[in-house]
Amino acid sequence: MSAEWTQSGAEILLRALKDQGVEVIFGYPGGAVLPIYDALFQQNAIRHILVRHEQAAVHAAEGYARSTGKVGVVLVTSGPGATNAVTGLVDALMDSIPLVCLTGQVPTHLIGNDAFQEADTTGITRPATKHNYLVKRGEDLARVVHEAFYVARSGRPGPVVVDLPKDIVINKAPYAEPAVQHASYRPRTEPDLGQIAKAVALMKQAKRPMIYAGGGVINAGPAASDALTRLARMTGFPVTNTLMGLGCYPASDPQFLGMLGMHGTYEANLAMHGCDMLLAVGARFDDRVTGRLNAFSPDSRKIHIDIDGSSINKNVPVEVPIIADAGKALAALVAAWQASDAPSDKPALASWWRQIDTWRGKDSLKFTQNMARGGIIKPQYAIQRLFEITRARSKDVFITTEVGQHQMWAAQHFHFDKPNRWMTSGGLGTMGYGLPAAMGVQIAYPDACVIDIAGEASILMNIQEMGTLAQYRLPVKVFILNNQYMGMVRQWQELLHGSRYSETYSAALPDFVKLADSFHATGMRAQSVDELDAVINAMLDCPTAVIADIAVDQAENCFPMIPSGAAHNEMLLGPEHEESGAGITDAGMALV
Amino acid sequence: MPALPMQAWRWSDRCCLLPILTRQGMTPPRPDHTFPRTLVYPMLSPTDTTPRSATISVLVDNESGVLARVIGLFSGRGYNIDSLTVAPVDAAGLHSRINVVTSGTSMVIEQIKAQLDRLVPVHRVADLTMDGPHVARELALIKVIGTGERRVEAMRIADTFRAHVVDTTLGSFVFELTGATDKIDAFIELMRDLGLAEVSRSGIAALARGSRVI
Ligand SMILES: Cc1cc2nc3c(=O)[nH]c(=O)nc-3n(C[C@H](O)[C@H](O)[C@H](O)COP(=O)(O)OP(=O)(O)OC[C@H]3O[C@@H](n4cnc5c(N)ncnc54)[C@H](O)[C@@H]3O)c2cc1C
Ligand SMILES: Cc1ncc(C[n+]2csc(CCOP(=O)(O)OP(=O)(O)O)c2C)c(N)n1
Ligand SMILES: [Mg+2]
Repeated sequence: MSAEWTQSGAEILLRALKDQGVEVIFGYPGGAVLPIYDALFQQNAIRHILVRHEQAAVHAAEGYARSTGKVGVVLVTSGPGATNAVTGLVDALMDSIPLVCLTGQVPTHLIGNDAFQEADTTGITRPATKHNYLVKRGEDLARVVHEAFYVARSGRPGPVVVDLPKDIVINKAPYAEPAVQHASYRPRTEPDLGQIAKAVALMKQAKRPMIYAGGGVINAGPAASDALTRLARMTGFPVTNTLMGLGCYPASDPQFLGMLGMHGTYEANLAMHGCDMLLAVGARFDDRVTGRLNAFSPDSRKIHIDIDGSSINKNVPVEVPIIADAGKALAALVAAWQASDAPSDKPALASWWRQIDTWRGKDSLKFTQNMARGGIIKPQYAIQRLFEITRARSKDVFITTEVGQHQMWAAQHFHFDKPNRWMTSGGLGTMGYGLPAAMGVQIAYPDACVIDIAGEASILMNIQEMGTLAQYRLPVKVFILNNQYMGMVRQWQELLHGSRYSETYSAALPDFVKLADSFHATGMRAQSVDELDAVINAMLDCPTAVIADIAVDQAENCFPMIPSGAAHNEMLLGPEHEESGAGITDAGMALV
Repeated sequence: MPALPMQAWRWSDRCCLLPILTRQGMTPPRPDHTFPRTLVYPMLSPTDTTPRSATISVLVDNESGVLARVIGLFSGRGYNIDSLTVAPVDAAGLHSRINVVTSGTSMVIEQIKAQLDRLVPVHRVADLTMDGPHVARELALIKVIGTGERRVEAMRIADTFRAHVVDTTLGSFVFELTGATDKIDAFIELMRDLGLAEVSRSGIAALARGSRVI
């Protein structure tokens, strides 16, 4: 040990975090991380938020990261602390969320010994993270922490675990500044201009163009959303978003066709099916989006911008791959489109828009709300009112969701004009994500309106976080669309398993109003349509955390729906639509 | 058992413990032919289906866990490993070279390379099969037990294959053979009738021909 090492590993760790700009850590203490908690206690630069379950710490960090664009930081103890965090890590991996998760570990000399609260954390989290480290020498500590942040936020973002044996954080260690360049990991961010030129040539020739933009545009930062909007306005091309991309293009813009995919709009899916040029940006051709692959956008020439080479040609072969940051590539496309004097096919585009408008005319998201006193609340209507009332109040609104039908209805009926306002678990589909994620957002934006649109089943998966809300006085609003069913699963059972509702009814739900009360929050309930607005307003006016229990129609299904394995033009529309149940046979005919 | 707490909701008559039967006049979509009865997670049907073999070389940081990462990637994503070798390749022992022989459709091979390339400790990935001619060799130790005519015949065949005898007793040989995989396969096949007892193979080491390096 060198004489000039004056700080403990824990102090070095916190110094590295500070130099990385960390302001908040979400965590939960335990034996292996006690020295780190001791160091935290003795400083003021970094705030620690004590969650009630390690999974929630990770989701909270995800909410924080997604809403701010910063790296979220988690601190958990060894063994059960680390294993509890795994679901959150996989969630962040699937949705490309930058996180650094610090896990305690037994002292180096005990590793492999089945010591108390030992788990092979790097082994368990290897496939659950973008990368992970076990720090075995104090000399490596600061370098590894800096590298972890670099890896988490560079290229395709993702979660990184740093496993910290207890002796490493106790013993003295040297500090190191962040390195200038990483030896092997240097993802490409600048687009190849030759590919950009090819892309513009395809775009200029297009008669039926389509832009399909995903979460990667949000990862690339607000400037990428601006560039996308500029490109769309300049070209006049229609735009659709994935679930993860919502907000990267303004939903109120007339060129926006809504979300695509399994529960996407009629117009977005048919435009995907019928287009002759598809520009995919920061989207990964997920199976919820493509439907049956051999029928996916069959007539289009495809351009794909993605920062991760492994996303390109993974599911769908593309003609012009562009490996680059979405923001940089979109800016290059804007410049190249302007510089090119090749004409674009304006008459064809106009007739394509006429076609799209007839699809739009179908109003595939429509539903009928019985407005009579005592009328049962349609879940879609509840979201629509939540959207309208929050918009009228013109406060910055952040929405998180749990997983299920309510999530899809939120995606369909709540509209986002800006990126980073919509936090949902898309890739892993983790029930229990929404409440802790909302917590993380509220920490980042103490004055904003943060709402978790929840299902009554999902909310119970991390309900303990109501305690965290109380401790830090976080006024998160939990808006439960209570159908007493695991609605999404029940819907599949109805449609695919002969309405045999096996184990999807929650027979002993808590009284959510009393539950809110016991957690020092405010509980409220709307049981019929005439009570809805008052409850929403009361919820938004309430200075504390709220659980609003909205009793909604139990029988409602989420439409449109492309059943797994079906094509975009084999969409199923809701009962509002005459031809529902027979598939959309006119869709093929409607294609130009 | 105590009764479950009932909620005093006005619509509690609708919250029956049975599945929803009344659909408020709404006809649910019929589950039959309108729904392709496929898996919830449809099998991907790649466009080209003919698999090819690929020898991929990967230059990695020589750090603990790196091999686990590479192997985990193959097993986790369902790729084949037909052969795998790994050893440090510079004097300081900072870098290792991993050679993997795998097989799959060209889309899968491209995906494997892209997946390898994005691992943090990976410096370079090269598809030796695609990038031009290459040499691929492996070493095998082959134990043959036998006496008399069979022993003589084994020795004769070993000579033609240029196998070396690296251990011998009156009743056994250990042959050392280097070469392409099919040559080693052929030799082992011939030894089968001559007392083949045990085989140990190194797996493939490979380099591009000419002056190209990865
Ligand atoms: C119940 C349920 C239903 C669902 N239904 C639908 C549905 O109907 N429609 C739908 O769209 N989704 C749906 N999903 C979500 C779906 O599972 C996927 O999570 C989602 O479609 C993926 O979105 P994405 O393609 O935008 O990719 P993301 O997962 O957001 O991935 C981002 C992509 O962008 C790339 N990228 C990252 N950073 C950058 C950068 N800086 N520059 C360029 N590229 C970058 C990444 O490499 C990656 O390829 C559903 C999920 C659930 C749980
Ligand atoms: C952790 C986890 N377990 C199981 C599932 C499978 N699943 C998806 S949606 C769903 C039901 C969700 O019910 P609820 O929260 O009430 O939402 P609803 O669909 O009724 O709106 C289930 C069980 C999941 N996505 N996540
Ligand atoms: Mg429900």
